Amino acid sequence: MTNDSLPMLHATGISKFFPGTIALDDVDLTLHRGEIHALLGENGAGKSTLIKCLTGVYRRDGGAIMLDGQTVDPTSTNHSQSLGIGTVYQEVNLLPNLTVAENLYLGRQPMRGPFVARRAMNEAARTSLKGFGIDIDPAQPLSTYSVAVQQVVAIARAVEMSGKVLILDEPTASLDLDEVKLLFSVIRQLKSRGIAIVFITHFLDQVFDLCDRATVLRNGQVVGSRVLKDVSQRDIVTLMLGRQLDTAPSAAKSAAVGAPLLQIESLGKSGMLDPFSLTIRKGEVVGLAGLLGSGRTETSKLVFGAVRADSGTMKLNGKDISVTSPRDAVAHGFALCPEDRKTEGIIGDLSVRDNIVLALQARQGWLRPIPRRKVDEIAEHYVRTLDIRLANLDVPIRLLSGGNQQKALLARWLATDPDVLILDEPTRGIDIGAHAEIIALIGRLQQDGMALLVASSEMEELVAYANRVIVLRDRKQVGELVGADITSVNIIKAIAAETRHEALQ
Amino acid sequence: MTRSPFLKRITPQLIILAIVLLLNVLVLPDFFTVKFQNGRLFGNIIDVLNRGAPTALLCVGMTLVIATKGIDLSVGAVMAIAGATAASLVVEGQHWTTAVMGALAVGALCGAWNGILVAFLRIQPIVATLVLMVAGRGIAQLITEGTILTFLDQGLIHLGAGTVLGIPTPILIWLSLGSFAAFLVRRTALGLLIESIGINEASSRLAGINSRVLLLCVYVVSGIGAAVAGVIVTADIQGADANNAGLWLELDAILAVVIGGNSLLGGKFSIVASLLGAMIIQSVNSVILLSGMPPEFNLVIKALLILAILVIQSPKVSHIIYILRASTPPAKVDRPNPAKELKR
Amino acid sequence: MIRSTHLPLIVTLLTFVLAYALCASQYPTMLSWRVVANLLTDNAFLGIVAVGMTFVILSGGIDLSVGSVIAFTGVFLAVILRDTSLHPLTAFALVLVITTAFGAAMGATIHYLDMPAFIVTLAGMFLARGAAYVLSTDSVSITHEFYDVLQSMYWKTASGGRFRLIGFVMVLTFIVGALVAHRTRFGQNVYALGGGAGAARLMGVPVASTTIGIYAVSGGLAGLSGIVFSLYTSAGYSLATVGVELDAIAAVVIGGTLLTGGYGFVAGSFFGILIMGLIQTYIVFDGTLSSWWTKIVIGGLLFAFILLQKGLTWASTARKKAATGFIAQS
Repeated sequence: MTNDSLPMLHATGISKFFPGTIALDDVDLTLHRGEIHALLGENGAGKSTLIKCLTGVYRRDGGAIMLDGQTVDPTSTNHSQSLGIGTVYQEVNLLPNLTVAENLYLGRQPMRGPFVARRAMNEAARTSLKGFGIDIDPAQPLSTYSVAVQQVVAIARAVEMSGKVLILDEPTASLDLDEVKLLFSVIRQLKSRGIAIVFITHFLDQVFDLCDRATVLRNGQVVGSRVLKDVSQRDIVTLMLGRQLDTAPSAAKSAAVGAPLLQIESLGKSGMLDPFSLTIRKGEVVGLAGLLGSGRTETSKLVFGAVRADSGTMKLNGKDISVTSPRDAVAHGFALCPEDRKTEGIIGDLSVRDNIVLALQARQGWLRPIPRRKVDEIAEHYVRTLDIRLANLDVPIRLLSGGNQQKALLARWLATDPDVLILDEPTRGIDIGAHAEIIALIGRLQQDGMALLVASSEMEELVAYANRVIVLRDRKQVGELVGADITSVNIIKAIAAETRHEALQ
Repeated sequence: MTRSPFLKRITPQLIILAIVLLLNVLVLPDFFTVKFQNGRLFGNIIDVLNRGAPTALLCVGMTLVIATKGIDLSVGAVMAIAGATAASLVVEGQHWTTAVMGALAVGALCGAWNGILVAFLRIQPIVATLVLMVAGRGIAQLITEGTILTFLDQGLIHLGAGTVLGIPTPILIWLSLGSFAAFLVRRTALGLLIESIGINEASSRLAGINSRVLLLCVYVVSGIGAAVAGVIVTADIQGADANNAGLWLELDAILAVVIGGNSLLGGKFSIVASLLGAMIIQSVNSVILLSGMPPEFNLVIKALLILAILVIQSPKVSHIIYILRASTPPAKVDRPNPAKELKR
Repeated sequence: MIRSTHLPLIVTLLTFVLAYALCASQYPTMLSWRVVANLLTDNAFLGIVAVGMTFVILSGGIDLSVGSVIAFTGVFLAVILRDTSLHPLTAFALVLVITTAFGAAMGATIHYLDMPAFIVTLAGMFLARGAAYVLSTDSVSITHEFYDVLQSMYWKTASGGRFRLIGFVMVLTFIVGALVAHRTRFGQNVYALGGGAGAARLMGVPVASTTIGIYAVSGGLAGLSGIVFSLYTSAGYSLATVGVELDAIAAVVIGGTLLTGGYGFVAGSFFGILIMGLIQTYIVFDGTLSSWWTKIVIGGLLFAFILLQKGLTWASTARKKAATGFIAQS
């Protein structure tokens, strides 16, 4: 490890317990001045917990923090901010009911006597935001602006408050390419000012593009710290997983597809998704590709009836069906694993067993409970075939890792023996081991004759399993790739074709 | 541990109830003595069971509502409306069964109103049910025209003050309705579906659960329970008092649910534990009454009871207890790490 | 430009003006200073407690204890003035300290035990009412010359309306409350909590001290309201002001504050109080309508405002989606 100057932040032996879990176990982290430091690890490795301990959101249960040579003990975000540690979290953590200026200056408003000097505050906010490339009325409530603007406001706030350390927890997750570029230029500018920056992300490309060094966490422990220009992506992935990654994910893609199963005719909802038509055959995987917000998730939700379409018809096996709610969809043999597992997928406090049988039980109705023995049989069957790793079936599902949660959700739907399986980002935020297993499973299901509609942002994944890829842009279908045409390059071409790229002002 | 999960679940409530009953015995040694006179059972324990009937009836519906992450503030007012309805129907000369059916229908209607606001208009339960809590007593007074509507119909009075086989009718009513509800939710899939809505409604809807209809039903059940309680109270005093019938009983019912160990944040629930909670509250009332303490202390003691439960249920306190437990035994006992085991 | 956040306040104002115009067209005598003065006097205690409730509700909480605290304050003052020779001003100061500390204790319980305000203030409600009972179960009348002095302080208009001291106290409370809510850091922290406690904590809002402060304000104002109520009735009675918390909540919501927190104005609650007072005055003027209509009409208004808020929330979600293209277009 290089130690040319006194580190800006030096944390040693950080530990944190939760009831039933040791979230952080003796973790060390060193940040130098003017360094962009990536904090990497699978979901649940302890990245967020570490950040929360450093910023005083959680009280750490052990360990010491040195900031700029001084021992510090942040007891709250307020305290850590005043010490010089600023944070921007994954979701925009601002207050939609306050104005932009109030959000920017909350807790440090310019005062006139006992009162907040509003006009001065609005002026300062306008000037500050201009420096970040946006020109908006700071006296308007934050909720009137888009997520991207809100994210920039959050970063502006953290930058202005933190003199020493800036922590960015997945700040790029909901930004498009241009916004990411803008953000990176801001981060580099801050680096040149000598601020130590922690950057957390799932995108390894961004890590190598931006960062100087990376610390990798696994199961609440540090497994290594590397200077990035000396190592390859593969080295980092190996560190994260603790084993060599198999070569690119692949699924045995069978070319033979069956008869048309689901015919969608100009299904759409104004303001959400332009009407589109699509036919899915038995034993076919149709991929949905596009940038964030292009209409991938919207498509899957409309087909499943989670959002009610205002136009269009659907035919299943040649017969007209009406799907106005997920309930209807399930009755017709549809299944959907949503993108946001935590808020739309799992029932966190219920046991894995109950989570697995939930959809089947809901379809049977409350009057016909599934007998306990049958429940155990179903649950154990899927735990075995999908290799869900857990202590026992009574464990609340929220305690499982992301990959195992996703497998349990797949089990929930496979138990209903669906004809049409819709997967929205089936591999998002799960470890690479489970990742490969899920891709293999998609291949198996396809061979068994199931029709699958899979929305994904991972091109390689789509290439691996899709028979056909629908490309979406601006809430519209803009292209279709079939068979050998399905390559990452072609998908990107289709997405990028005539894309307007206005930068932020 | 060989105890069944059900017994394990209600153990704390049983212990608290035993302690409170023990206090009763200390104050009045023949607390448990039950006499059979004039074709009716008499005794302090019978009184506890009898007086606790309204709260017990309310807490069945309240448990289900709270399990869905909701709350029903209107049950006291619904009691008043239902009581007023029953009384005015018998005063008009209707048969008492018609009167009871009328009251139940009105209760169901009130529940449906709340349910529609919550399930279909997506108004927060505490806000939605506040409307009826504020307006309900006005509506009840509208029915009774501002008077205490008295009646002499023996059939109706029997429901509140009569006995069946020597057992006061209210006890039989709440025991049978309570156990029926508890049985129903666990023998069908209702319990699972209700819990799943309470924990994560969005997920439940996407899993194909008809969450809106289920939510509506839960509030209707709460309304009907309140109507039964209202009829019993009205029958007991042989008159409908729109101002005082069920006054603040919604708070007792919520308290009973909380004492029953059910989280106000929704999710897993136990009706039996809530019913035990209702009995605990009534037994506390009984101790105060029997000990000759001024009844003024009743509220203070209830407040202290709530505070004690708050402390026990508080997530922060349980975290501190966990830390204490984790740190007291010799530090390095090859710490088992559940998180690691789960993820590997 | 009218912001959607201002709309409920405007609707409240319009409702008040319309209701008053309606009343006045039927009973022209209602358009007198006397009626206005009585409106302020009769609702003074409710108005003061509604200011505290506005803070609590803006922060996303609720305080069920205020009615009991008012009753406790009244009984406490009556008993102190009967049994000791303390000057009423000293007693006032004492009771304000007690009620403020009581509110602060509830706030601390809510924050540190991480429990819903609803259940904690329910315990507070029982505790305060019980304490009032323990002090005295009977109504205790207050006879002290200083009370007479305070009660005889009023400003008389030419037409015979008497603006009494307690009415002024209420108006003053509203003015100070509005300044604190909209112009100070504490006020912004209250709104921040209502907008989202999690985000507020991450943004460095001192959640503990703000929560404690909010409930202390509510408790203290309930104490002030109790003082005003004892001046109004010249007595302390432990069974008084049962259900006032509901009236206060109703007034705040009718005043256009979102019951789930984050949006609203202190001034709105003032008009909420006036609207509720107006309904009562109308029923008195009418003479044939029964008093229970008050509850039904207030319930109806409550419902109307809840629906209005809901509609606005829906409208603003729709609007935000349309604004998603902001960066690209401008």
